Amino acid sequence: MKEFLEGSLAVAKIVKLCKPGVISAYPITPQTHIVEELAQMIADGELDSQFVNVESEHSAASVVLGASAAGVRSYTATSSQGLFYMAEVLFNIAGMRLPVVLTCANRAISAPINIWNDHQDAVSLRDSGWVQLFAEDIQEAIDLHLIAYRLAEDHSVMLPVMVSMDGFILTHGIETVDIPSQEQVEKFLPPYDPLYKLDIANPITMGPLVDAEYYTETRYAIQKTQEDVLKIIPRLSAEFSKIFGRTYDGLIEEYRTKDAERVIVAMGSVCGTVKDVVDELRVKGRKVGLLKIMSYRPFPAAAIYEALKNVSRVAVLDRALSLGSYAPLASEVKATFFGKKKKPQGISSFIVGLGGRDITKDSIKEVFKLLTAKERALEFVDLKPELLREEYR
Amino acid sequence: MFGPLICKPGSSRNNKTGSWRTELKPKFLRKNCIGCKMCVLVCPENCIEGSEKNTYTCDYAFCKGCGTCAMICPKQDVVMIKEEEPLEAPKDNPQQ
Repeated sequence: MKEFLEGSLAVAKIVKLCKPGVISAYPITPQTHIVEELAQMIADGELDSQFVNVESEHSAASVVLGASAAGVRSYTATSSQGLFYMAEVLFNIAGMRLPVVLTCANRAISAPINIWNDHQDAVSLRDSGWVQLFAEDIQEAIDLHLIAYRLAEDHSVMLPVMVSMDGFILTHGIETVDIPSQEQVEKFLPPYDPLYKLDIANPITMGPLVDAEYYTETRYAIQKTQEDVLKIIPRLSAEFSKIFGRTYDGLIEEYRTKDAERVIVAMGSVCGTVKDVVDELRVKGRKVGLLKIMSYRPFPAAAIYEALKNVSRVAVLDRALSLGSYAPLASEVKATFFGKKKKPQGISSFIVGLGGRDITKDSIKEVFKLLTAKERALEFVDLKPELLREEYR
Repeated sequence: MFGPLICKPGSSRNNKTGSWRTELKPKFLRKNCIGCKMCVLVCPENCIEGSEKNTYTCDYAFCKGCGTCAMICPKQDVVMIKEEEPLEAPKDNPQQ
């Protein structure tokens, strides 16, 4: 049913339809509305689930780890500092191969404290073993939650999934979204059937101490499973499309790239703005396009290669930094083409929208304008030089 | 794909963790032992066995060399020796 909803409420409604047995979270802007709505649903008797109040994100992640280990579908959500406070537990969840689903309302990282949107929180956890999906709009965000649970609980996957949605822009934005029926959701997402669980009748130890004899193989197994996920996501997306009528490739989305000479690569809500600019420039006869990355982990290098191999100039927009090195997304797109015969003549790297700085249509037009013969390395779009001084005094 | 991440109970005997032992190991002298079993009770690895006086020994495949048995022995009949030192004189036990 189509409803006019705030992003956080839409996510809460879809999580409710997934029927997690345990929810645990700690409030943090801009994520709070999601779990606030879920807590309300439980209090109102609309959702039969246990909401565990905790004193920190570290504990919230630990609760969902424990619940998932006990064989219960579990859910948590956080942002920014909260995600970082969860970090060691998130590595444990992935290492213990538990299918937790987490919503990350993307927000900048302190210091200086900033509650607005960029991707530094999720991107900093790219090495944790979690599958990381990025949503462009609210509809996509809720659809990705369904795909997330289905993927995470697949017996050949058993990895946690983080659904990233841009803080405020998507969590607090209001959009008409199609909320599926309980029947549709149950057709796509069967009840959780744990492959292993903590059970006193059949005791096991999860995450025991392993020495150098065993550790490498635990990491190798996650690496190989992440590679398998690249094949599983498109399959699940096709199944999703049959039931819900919306079609995603699941790994990437190509927007007017077929004959494009200049293409922007981006993740998250900025893709909507880029699409508008692409449409405007296409009317003027410019051959421009967008490549949206939906799955950041696993990184769909083969799909990106196919999409961009005949494009002459590529711009990668990063809303996060790896301070002291190349931008995270740009370096991986560049690595995709290293040593390949067919490749863009230039892959330029742009930093946009840090700490909630608006990425306007003019900013995107500026990026397309800068895609000339000269490759741009780590160009900060809309930088304000007047705020910078070489010396403190 | 899955790695070795879940253990069934009772599998700890398979891992010969005595390879982690510190540079000392206990030597059971079996001279003044009174069979009080204190060494058995305090051993954190539960790897000391024996029943009568002067019959106690430990399983070096699991002993970590913590020295608690030597510390607790009321007759100082357990001593800690260096890892490379033989437990018995070579003539008594040619295998050592």
